[in-house]
Amino acid sequence: MSTAEPDLRAEDLHLGYDDRAVVSGLDLAIPPGRITAIVGANACGKSTLLRALARLLTPREGTVTLDGRALHSIPTRELAQQLGILPQSPVAPEGLTVIDLVNRGRSPHQTWWRQWTKADEQAVHDALAATGTTDLADRAVDELSGGQRQRAWIAMAVAQGTPVLLLDEPTTYLDLAHQIDVLDLVVDLNRREGRTVVMVLHDLNQACRYADHVIAMKKGSIVAEGAPADVITAETVEDVFGLRCQVATDPVSRTPLVIPVGRHHTPDPEEPRKTLA
Amino acid sequence: MTTDSLRSEKDPAGMAAARPFRLAFPPVSGTLRPRQLAVCAALVVAVFAALCWNVSIGEYGIPLTDVARALTGSGDPGTLLVVQELRLPRAMTGLLAGIAFGMSGALFQTMTRNPLASPDMIGLTQGAGTAVVAGIVLGWDFGLGTQALGLIGALTSALLVYGLAWRRGTTGYRIILVGIGVSWICLSVTDFLLARGGRFQAQAALGWLVGNLNGRDWQQAAPLAASLVVLVPAALLIGRLMRTLQLGDDVAKGLGTRVQAVRLTVLLTGVGLVAFATAAAGPVAFVALAAPQIAQRLCRTAWPPPLAGGLTGAVVVLASDVLARELIPGTELPVGIVTGVLGAPVLLWLLIRVNRAGSGG
Repeated sequence: MSTAEPDLRAEDLHLGYDDRAVVSGLDLAIPPGRITAIVGANACGKSTLLRALARLLTPREGTVTLDGRALHSIPTRELAQQLGILPQSPVAPEGLTVIDLVNRGRSPHQTWWRQWTKADEQAVHDALAATGTTDLADRAVDELSGGQRQRAWIAMAVAQGTPVLLLDEPTTYLDLAHQIDVLDLVVDLNRREGRTVVMVLHDLNQACRYADHVIAMKKGSIVAEGAPADVITAETVEDVFGLRCQVATDPVSRTPLVIPVGRHHTPDPEEPRKTLA
Repeated sequence: MTTDSLRSEKDPAGMAAARPFRLAFPPVSGTLRPRQLAVCAALVVAVFAALCWNVSIGEYGIPLTDVARALTGSGDPGTLLVVQELRLPRAMTGLLAGIAFGMSGALFQTMTRNPLASPDMIGLTQGAGTAVVAGIVLGWDFGLGTQALGLIGALTSALLVYGLAWRRGTTGYRIILVGIGVSWICLSVTDFLLARGGRFQAQAALGWLVGNLNGRDWQQAAPLAASLVVLVPAALLIGRLMRTLQLGDDVAKGLGTRVQAVRLTVLLTGVGLVAFATAAAGPVAFVALAAPQIAQRLCRTAWPPPLAGGLTGAVVVLASDVLARELIPGTELPVGIVTGVLGAPVLLWLLIRVNRAGSGG
């Protein structure tokens, strides 16, 4: 992994599909060596933005740059050595073993004649160990539980050995325990190996807890960004999600904890409760 | 639970798993799968046995040992003539077409991540068939051979399917549905041509259309052999590029694969294999669909292996041709009828499996 801090940024970014504009005129700089969470309501363009940062989507206008170079000018293979992406809910072919999946993460480092160097072996070994999947190596990916499967996919992305790791909703379809499991793993990767992580998350409280930097998006634009405590306020949440809430302090992590109000409860504890009953 | 106890359930010795190797000089490294190597070795033996069996039967039987000796160039002149000049071209056409169909099926099934998306299901074989029938019936060969016509037909179908379903990297049922549409268009055009054509040409075309090895000589086998010299190594090399494609387009791109370029290369190689095989042996039904799936189960891999798929295809075609000639005494059935009858249950089984796994859509 390169020791230089990766500098991933976007300038005047316009993104869309067919005739539908999703993101228009967005500027962004990802803090290097930190964990960034992108949050926002459904269809606000957060996944689209992540896809553009990974060059899975070509911008209509504007550029994404990595260390000062336009993403589209970097050779595919070289980019894959710098930046890894784990899309939302990827699917492995039936019967593919964990070790075969994680090996594929080494593809950008391999050539026709050199497909299993000492570096490959070490990276795969380390990735399995870091994600706690060593004991699952010979199991088929599709036979694993949701949490184990997601860890196997993250192991593949870890084996790729990129300074920047982009994760699109890595906790989707996982139960709460497995969600925390995966997010703890992300923090491990960041703290131990200094990888820059950008992830799209649905859960605001988890974003506050696990990210150093939060980007709140609404209708294709950034509404607020910064440290979780500065960004996740009752006003921002109401603006971004159209949800009335109170923000308390998470008793465990001392980060903002969003408590939604809803229609059937009142925020003032003094007032009598109005419930459905 | 330890990995060993998990391994022991399906794969006691871990033979299906990849074993790494690394050479100091030349600096080559990679992984080998012992089971896959063993299966391929066994298949090579099976192909040779099926070839000898295929050659041994006919108007008069030749003992298998004499066939094997004649294939290596020794024996009495009469046997040599019958084996090498009269029967071998037919058997070799079957063998090579089987390899081509099997490999092509493996490429398409891997690329689309769908076992049903083999070239005989998505209209490529039918496209080649229509072009060749047009050549026979209308006399439209423009000085081109059946090979060139087959290539044009298969390529046209492939581009049609690609344009209508594949462009966005669609996998799953969309490609199958569009492919079925394209194959019905081809079949209708073929029927129209047969109805319009003179009785003699229609008869000739019909015999070819069911997939037929009858009366094949070196004229059919030689172009197919020449094309395979290029296409088989290409298919084996592409297999490596497709390892990331099996994980979906986005993951593959993230791993540095130029998805569109790889897909185009796979498409052209697969189309080439199907077109030359179809031109030589006719659209032999179901081999491209079934052979890679059989090979995948033999090798216990998570994808249809191209080499084992090709060898399985050769065994299937050669053995089916023997059945076609021996099943009804005195009547020689076209090989395509036998592979069709044998292949239909495989198709049904795949349909049920794909539905159950929910991987079809």
